[in-house]
Amino acid sequence: MNKPAAHIAADELTQASARWEKEFSKGAGDADEVVNRSDIKVKPLYGPTDWSGTDYLDALGFPGEYPYTRGIYPTMYRGRSWSQRQLVGLGVPEDFNARVKEMLGLGASALSLIPCNSVYRGYDADEVPAELLGTCGTVINHVEDMQRALDGVPIGDLSTAMNDPSPFTLLAFELAVAKRRDIPWTKITGTSNQSDCISHFVANHMFFRIALQGARRIVVDHIEFVNKHVPGWNPLSIVGQHMQQAGATPAEAMAFTLCSAIQYTEDCIARGMDPDSFLPRFTFFFDISVSLFEEVAKFRAGRRIWAKLCRERFGAKDPRSWRFKFHAQTSGVDLTRQQPLNNISRVTVQAMAGIFGGLQSLHTDGYDEAFSTPTTEAARIAVATQNILREEAHLTDVIDPLGGSYYVETLTDQMQGKIESIIDLVDATGGMYKAVEQGLVQQMIGQSAFKFQKRVDSGEETVVGVNAYQVEENPTDYPSLEYPDRERMNSQIGKLAQFKANRSASAVEKALDGLARTANTKDGNVFEQVVVAAEAGVTHGEICGTLRREMGFGHPLTVV
Amino acid sequence: MHERPPKVIVTKIGFDGHDRGSRIIAACLRDAGMEVIYTPPWQEIPTVIKLAIEEDADVIGISSLATDHLIVPQLMDALRAAGLDDVQVIVGGIVPAKDEATLLASGVARVFHPGTALEVIVTEVRALARKRQAKERAAT
Repeated sequence: MNKPAAHIAADELTQASARWEKEFSKGAGDADEVVNRSDIKVKPLYGPTDWSGTDYLDALGFPGEYPYTRGIYPTMYRGRSWSQRQLVGLGVPEDFNARVKEMLGLGASALSLIPCNSVYRGYDADEVPAELLGTCGTVINHVEDMQRALDGVPIGDLSTAMNDPSPFTLLAFELAVAKRRDIPWTKITGTSNQSDCISHFVANHMFFRIALQGARRIVVDHIEFVNKHVPGWNPLSIVGQHMQQAGATPAEAMAFTLCSAIQYTEDCIARGMDPDSFLPRFTFFFDISVSLFEEVAKFRAGRRIWAKLCRERFGAKDPRSWRFKFHAQTSGVDLTRQQPLNNISRVTVQAMAGIFGGLQSLHTDGYDEAFSTPTTEAARIAVATQNILREEAHLTDVIDPLGGSYYVETLTDQMQGKIESIIDLVDATGGMYKAVEQGLVQQMIGQSAFKFQKRVDSGEETVVGVNAYQVEENPTDYPSLEYPDRERMNSQIGKLAQFKANRSASAVEKALDGLARTANTKDGNVFEQVVVAAEAGVTHGEICGTLRREMGFGHPLTVV
Repeated sequence: MHERPPKVIVTKIGFDGHDRGSRIIAACLRDAGMEVIYTPPWQEIPTVIKLAIEEDADVIGISSLATDHLIVPQLMDALRAAGLDDVQVIVGGIVPAKDEATLLASGVARVFHPGTALEVIVTEVRALARKRQAKERAAT
């Protein structure tokens, strides 16, 4: 009869463990030391001397219970699957609409709109080089563009994510569309997916070029407005993905994300908000690398740390405030241009890591990510991968299936230690805004990126097809997305001119005045004015331009 | 004649902000003994031209992840217009095969794709810088 590990006599265990160690070193000799991406040494075997499970209830508990190590809901995927949320962004609004309808038909259950990079910098189509329009996101400049993008899409019944930094014009356009379609805002659900201004300034510099402290204020305004008027919307998605893609290790990415979350929470509390009024709507967004066990441990540790921070540091009393809800995307950085079909295997492993990690929403990358924005075929395979993992591989049958593994539990504890020590460092610096303004975060990310690249170059870290197992290939055989048709783009610019000509000039002027005035005073809610402006027919470029003028231009905070 | 170390501008033009690649390349070329002028992303073409003149750069490295390579031919035209024909331009990042030929035809010296070892980039940048310095010497 098997006895639980905790009941094995200690000396018996030590003897058995020493016996194995001897046999192991006989066989393996001086095998190379293994160190994971977060710089944690990985042993060849873990057992009850590493993790005994005696503190099970405090450290793990049950799913849906504090500290949520095993998952934030009692039912997890037995209750409902994660959302299959594929990012879509290309061409003109009509192109987006067609691709979204196709993805929904294939089983995607939520949508995520990626705007064109010109939109991402806060400009309209008539202000930028035409070559760059719609090549890696959809051109959305005003309420009618959004109306065409969402035509026939049931936005009252379906979760919609907008990749939308401060001042959140895309959400404002969506709310204006809902009003035109008589859908009450209380039925609009989804997430402002790029609302974490800190991550943009330090890691991927994808934002509307509004100065950091201005963006910071609008984030809090937006949280306040959304909590009141669009209660099903998650106003904040705190992003570790950008930092990990920029080179942060999994532990660093989790730590910095939690530091940003601490900062936003403290900003909301300083505004006079009760933590339990906004924390239940905080969500997170992470990268999933191919380092499977490390990623699982990262997510489990993050869940546990966040629960503790919310309960103990912020004094939140509602258990919904303690839940660490997150979306995750498989890592594009791990994908290779060489032998591109191999990326399907990588994405599968990454997706498994995220699912075992207990995510709420998943985007799987197209295998062609390393040379193009995903083609239709690649996007289909990405969705199918999720369906295969869930329904053919039965990954969702058991909640937290790796919980209780000696290795995974030990690694979860070790990742927690790494993460908490970085949080302490940032706290000591005076919080995340201070840490990024001083360049501390950027420096750490840059060093980790360079270190990892050197490991790949030296062959210490194998990348199949890149530094090992190469084959002769013809790069012209690689698939690649067609760029948007120039005529369609010209007609899009034409529609913008027409839209501007047809709107009420006085309404636009009045809305822009209100926006500028609010931006200049401490009172009032800037996001509320953005919504008013969107309804009045003000364009994205005009809104961002006004705020840049009033609040300052936002330069990326970079350090080499 | 004494050879000066290669002088390289590492930058990003256009709208994309992902700078992992440009930061790694800047650090690696600097480690290899080159003089590196690194800029944050979002540079405009006239700014890069001005920088190239002020710094007397041998090589300009453009990092592109999200289709910003499409305006590199405009940069090449601007370089020629400024009389900087001899400055060597390299592009690194996600450049679809079908666009590589267009870039090379516009005067780009070399396109580096993901997976290229840093060592290879160092060697080629050094050779390109030498080529430019030799041209410069021949001209004076």
